[in-house]
Amino acid sequence: MKKQSTGSNWLSGIKRHFPAIATVIGLLILWHLIVTLFGIPTYIAPSPVQVALVFVEKGDILWINFLPTFFEALSGFILGNSVAVILAIWFVHNRMAERAFYPIAVFINTIPIIAIAPILVLILGNGYAPKIVIAALICFFPTLVNMVRGLNAVSPQMLELMRVLSATKPEILWKIRIQSSLPFLFAALKIASTTSVIGAIVGEWIGSNYGLGALIIEATYNFRSPMLYATVITGASLAVLGFTLTTIAEHHFVKWKSRSIN
Amino acid sequence: MESESVPAISVDGISVRFGELSNRITALENVSFNVPDGSFITMVGPSGCGKSTLLRAIADLVPCNEGKIRVFGRTPEEARLARDFSFVFQESTLLPWRTAIENITLPLEVGSHSGNVESHAEPKELLDLVGLAGRGNALPHELSGGMQQRVSIARALVCRPRVLLMDEPFGALDEITRDKLNQELLRIWKETGTTIVFVTHSVPEAAYLGQKCLVLSRNPGRVLEFPVIEYSTPRKPAIRDTLEFVQVTGKLRSLLERADQA
Repeated sequence: MKKQSTGSNWLSGIKRHFPAIATVIGLLILWHLIVTLFGIPTYIAPSPVQVALVFVEKGDILWINFLPTFFEALSGFILGNSVAVILAIWFVHNRMAERAFYPIAVFINTIPIIAIAPILVLILGNGYAPKIVIAALICFFPTLVNMVRGLNAVSPQMLELMRVLSATKPEILWKIRIQSSLPFLFAALKIASTTSVIGAIVGEWIGSNYGLGALIIEATYNFRSPMLYATVITGASLAVLGFTLTTIAEHHFVKWKSRSIN
Repeated sequence: MESESVPAISVDGISVRFGELSNRITALENVSFNVPDGSFITMVGPSGCGKSTLLRAIADLVPCNEGKIRVFGRTPEEARLARDFSFVFQESTLLPWRTAIENITLPLEVGSHSGNVESHAEPKELLDLVGLAGRGNALPHELSGGMQQRVSIARALVCRPRVLLMDEPFGALDEITRDKLNQELLRIWKETGTTIVFVTHSVPEAAYLGQKCLVLSRNPGRVLEFPVIEYSTPRKPAIRDTLEFVQVTGKLRSLLERADQA
C-alpha cells in the first residue's frame, strides 16, 4: 500500500514527466531546424548536434575542468552552510549576538557577489580559496535566515512541556529545535546547492585558468561556441546534481514532513 | 504528622500578577485550597478567571507574587525537578517526527530524570492503558486528534507522577470523542491512583469527572466555591441523563453566573 514496485514506479515516472520530456525534445529539434534552415554561423549559435559532439570529442577537457568547479562548489556549500547553521544556533540562544551580527549579515548579503569576487581574489590569491569563499558567501545568507526561523519554529506549549520536564537548553536544542528546523534548513540547502555552483563559476571568471568558469571565458573569447554551450550545460548539470542529492537527503531526514504532506 | 493527611497539593493565599507596576493585571488573588492525595479535582470558571494560570503556577510555569504552593510538601520547583507532577496541554504537543512510543519515552530522555529508568512505567503497557495497543509505531499525523491526546496522556504517565495536571486536554475534541476520553480518564485514574487536577470550560465535563469542583470568579481570579460532587450511582456515561446529574450541572452553572457577575 505504501510503496509500489520499482518497475511500475519507473513507468509511472516516465508517464508523469512525459509532457516535459516531449517539450524538451521538441525544443531541441526546433533549435536544430532554425540554426540549419537560416544558416546561422556556428560562432553565433551552434546546433544541438554540434554541442553534443563536444561532449563526445572533448569530454576529457570538460571533465578536467568540471572537477575543480565541483570541488569549489561543494567546499563552499559545506563551509557557508556550516557557518550559517552555527551562527543561527548562537543567535537563537543569545539575543545580544543576534542584534550585533544580524545587520552585518544583511549588509554582506546586499553586496552583489560579482563585486566582492575581485576583492576576494586580491586578498586570497589565485588558488581554490577565493572560489570556495565566494561559493560559501552566496550560500550563507538564505541558510542563516531560514535556520533562525526554523530553530524558533517551536510552539510555546512545546517549550512549556520541556520546562515541566526540567529539560536543559542543550536538550531542547538537540531533541526539539534542530529537528523542527530541518524542513526550513533543507529549503535553504536546496537554494544553496544551485547557487554554490554559480559562486564557484563567478570566482573562476575573475582569475583562474581552470574550472568551468575559466573554460566559459576562454571559449567565449575564442568564439568556440559549441564548447561554450557544452560548458554551460555541464555547469547546469552540476547544479541539478546538487539539487537532486539535497532533495534525496531531505526525503531521508524529514520523512515526517513529506509523508504528512502527501 | 501522618503521611495520610499531607495533601497532594496545598495552595495557600497565592496571588499572581502580570505586567509592569504601572499597568498590573491581577490574574489570581488570595487563592487557597487543598487537593487530597488520590482525588480528582476539576476547575471551572468564566474565561479569563485565571484557571489556567492557577494550574501553571502549580506546575512552576508561572511564579506567584504572594502565598505559597506545596506539592506533597515541596515547592513547585522541587516538585518539578523530582517529577512529582506531569502536565497535559490542550494541544497534544507531540513531536511530529517521533512515533507514538518514542513520544511517550521523551520524558525519560531529558531533564535530571534522563538516566533514571527503573521507576518509569513500561511504554507498551501505557499504550494499552490509553487504548492504543498496536499503534506504537504510528507517527502523530497518522493518528486522530483524540488518539494524539491519548498519546500525550501516556507520555504524562511514563514517569509515574503522583499528580496529573490537565489544562483543557479535551477542549479541542468533538463531543463524542470527549465523552469517550472522559470515561477512559476515570478508568486510568482508578487504575493508577494518580491525583488529577483538571481544568475545563465544559460544565458537564467538570460535573462528570470531578469529586470536587473548584469554581473560580474573575477580575481578579478568586475561589468562589469548592463543592463536593457525589452521585448515588457509579460514574457511567448513562448518568449524564439522570436528574441527579442535571441538578449538579445546574448548580455549577448558577455558580458560574455568579462568578461572571462578581
